[in-house]
Amino acid sequence: MTQGNHPVGDTQWPLWEVFTQSAPGKPHEHAGSVHAPDAEMALQNARDVYTRRGEAVSLWVVPAEAITASSPSDAGPFFEPGNDKAYRHPQFYNVPRGVKVF
Amino acid sequence: MSENHTASTPSPEDAERLTAFETHVGNGGYVEPKDWMPERYRKQLIRMMSQHAHSEVVGMLPEGNWITRAPSLRRKMVLLAKVQDEAGHGLYIYCGTETLGVDREELVEALLAGKAKYSSIFNYPTLTWADIGAIGWLVDGAAIVNQTMLAKASYGPYARAMIRICKEENFHKRQGYEIMATLANGTSAQKAMAQDALDRWWWPSLMMFGPSDTNSPNSAELIKWGVKKKTNDELRQRFVDLTAPQAEAIGLTIPDPDLKYDEETKHWNFGEIDWDEFWTVVKGNGPCNKERLEARRRAHDDGAWVRAAAEAYAAKRNGHNRATAA
Amino acid sequence: MDANAALVDFLLGLGDDRLVLGHRLSEWCGHAPILEEDIALTNISLDLIGQANLFLSLAGDLEGKGRDADALAYFRIDREFLNHPLVELPKGDFAFTIMRQFLFDAFGYHLLQALAESGHQGLRGIAGKSAKETAYHLRHSAEWVVRLGDGTDESHARAQSALDEAWRWTGALFVSTPAEAALTKSRVAPDLGGLEPVWRASVNEVIQNSTLELPEAKPPAGKGYRRGDHTEHLGTLLAEMQSLARAHPGATW
Repeated sequence: MTQGNHPVGDTQWPLWEVFTQSAPGKPHEHAGSVHAPDAEMALQNARDVYTRRGEAVSLWVVPAEAITASSPSDAGPFFEPGNDKAYRHPQFYNVPRGVKVF
Repeated sequence: MSENHTASTPSPEDAERLTAFETHVGNGGYVEPKDWMPERYRKQLIRMMSQHAHSEVVGMLPEGNWITRAPSLRRKMVLLAKVQDEAGHGLYIYCGTETLGVDREELVEALLAGKAKYSSIFNYPTLTWADIGAIGWLVDGAAIVNQTMLAKASYGPYARAMIRICKEENFHKRQGYEIMATLANGTSAQKAMAQDALDRWWWPSLMMFGPSDTNSPNSAELIKWGVKKKTNDELRQRFVDLTAPQAEAIGLTIPDPDLKYDEETKHWNFGEIDWDEFWTVVKGNGPCNKERLEARRRAHDDGAWVRAAAEAYAAKRNGHNRATAA
Repeated sequence: MDANAALVDFLLGLGDDRLVLGHRLSEWCGHAPILEEDIALTNISLDLIGQANLFLSLAGDLEGKGRDADALAYFRIDREFLNHPLVELPKGDFAFTIMRQFLFDAFGYHLLQALAESGHQGLRGIAGKSAKETAYHLRHSAEWVVRLGDGTDESHARAQSALDEAWRWTGALFVSTPAEAALTKSRVAPDLGGLEPVWRASVNEVIQNSTLELPEAKPPAGKGYRRGDHTEHLGTLLAEMQSLARAHPGATW
């Protein structure tokens, strides 16, 4: 695949996706990607790239190929709620005025 | 991730998708990696994003030139942090580009083979310490004007990378301006150094915004697709309006006899750019074009055995073990 | 030498080690084998120079001659620098940089942990913070030693060659001057010789995992480096590092 002076198979290492947790109790969120040859280096690289300014208390790294994503054509069946499922939402339920539920 | 479209006769289905796409983008909608997109959009974005990433990486070289001579520990650390940020920015944008279905290795190869462009500003030499100040103030200043706009680009991964970059970029401009202010307020030798750097970096900074809109073939299309939101000339004017008072505030003179504030338009009028110089440098004949690429090629070639070693180790171990050290 | 002067020299040594090593690492900026490693090495360089700044500032304060960290860094001559020769050696190839870093990090980590218990409060504070940073540096360099040693034939050969070269400079790390021995007595600094076994154990473990071989001979102890005996490399390093500051003495940057 590569041309020029570089040995065949010279790569920039596999791609990893990075998730950071900004503070205890918060969810891990996608921060971006890094390249790394293995999990330990991916963790270190992610730490160096995405937490320099104290942005995280915890890191996850995942090989990019391990991620399965929904595709836009799935959006209808996957994500658009039917109008008949309002019972999933708290506003559907009546309680006497003035009563605290929590 | 994205399918291969041929650029030949679009099918009626494609024409319909294209209209829907342009409407979506026209309404400020985002495009994500798995969405359908015109092949031309994908190609333009790969070109634009990879050029941007290459610029960040090549940009480490002119500034990196002064790390070993930085005149105080604080300046040394701040400059190191800035150049490190630039590596990080290149990294964010390369990763964003990869979502369009291209490997970083391909992008790097294109740069080193001289096939890809990067911002011409980095083809100028950093001759004095004041150049470091000028770069932070003017070059990063110009980049901020451009990037603030790009943070609203229609392509999701690019916009997100740009938001992160914009947050980090402000310190770059401030440190540069602070260096210039300190020099302008220093010894006469320091003040002369600052003025000389401004004299050399002013016009190239204006050229960073690219050709005038009448000469910019890509601009119109990029604006239609929500990747660019403003024209080159609009951005350039904004930069001049911001920067002219900043020079005055520290007692330095911008090397443009035609620079003058216009009370009616509320803008600063400025002189003609030397477009011959612009095209000469863009075409590869600037002062440092060869040196910049040679330095990147050397780093890449010298590093091949390192990259290979890490991969060989991972292959042997399937990436599970971790050596304990302490 | 009085106790204060001994402590000042000790602090200068700690600062100079980190300034010179941080400087060597910074030479990789823009030239590393891959973008992620550019960021990693620069991160370590920054930490080290930051530590140097703290140690040199404290040294200047205690010295009481009005010299701050910059005055010490930019206006002392090479004969006055108190770093170990190990850190001033040129950066070499990536294998040498990593190996030298690893051997120094393993030493620095144990030294700083010990100094975090120092009887001197100022020193204790700096050491505690620096030890955390150094733990991360050690993790980085150790993982690379293993990957280079147990990577390809080429990386193994380069790593072995680097180890053979860097090893012979490590003996000096564990030799105390009489002034430092006095600091040990007053519980300001640990006994450097006493750190050697724990350093060796750390190093051995990683070297074994890397399939490399420790040179058998015990490395020669340096003597006199603390009195300013350096290699020829420090002179050129400082000539570059100090050139601009010296060209404008008294200027503010």
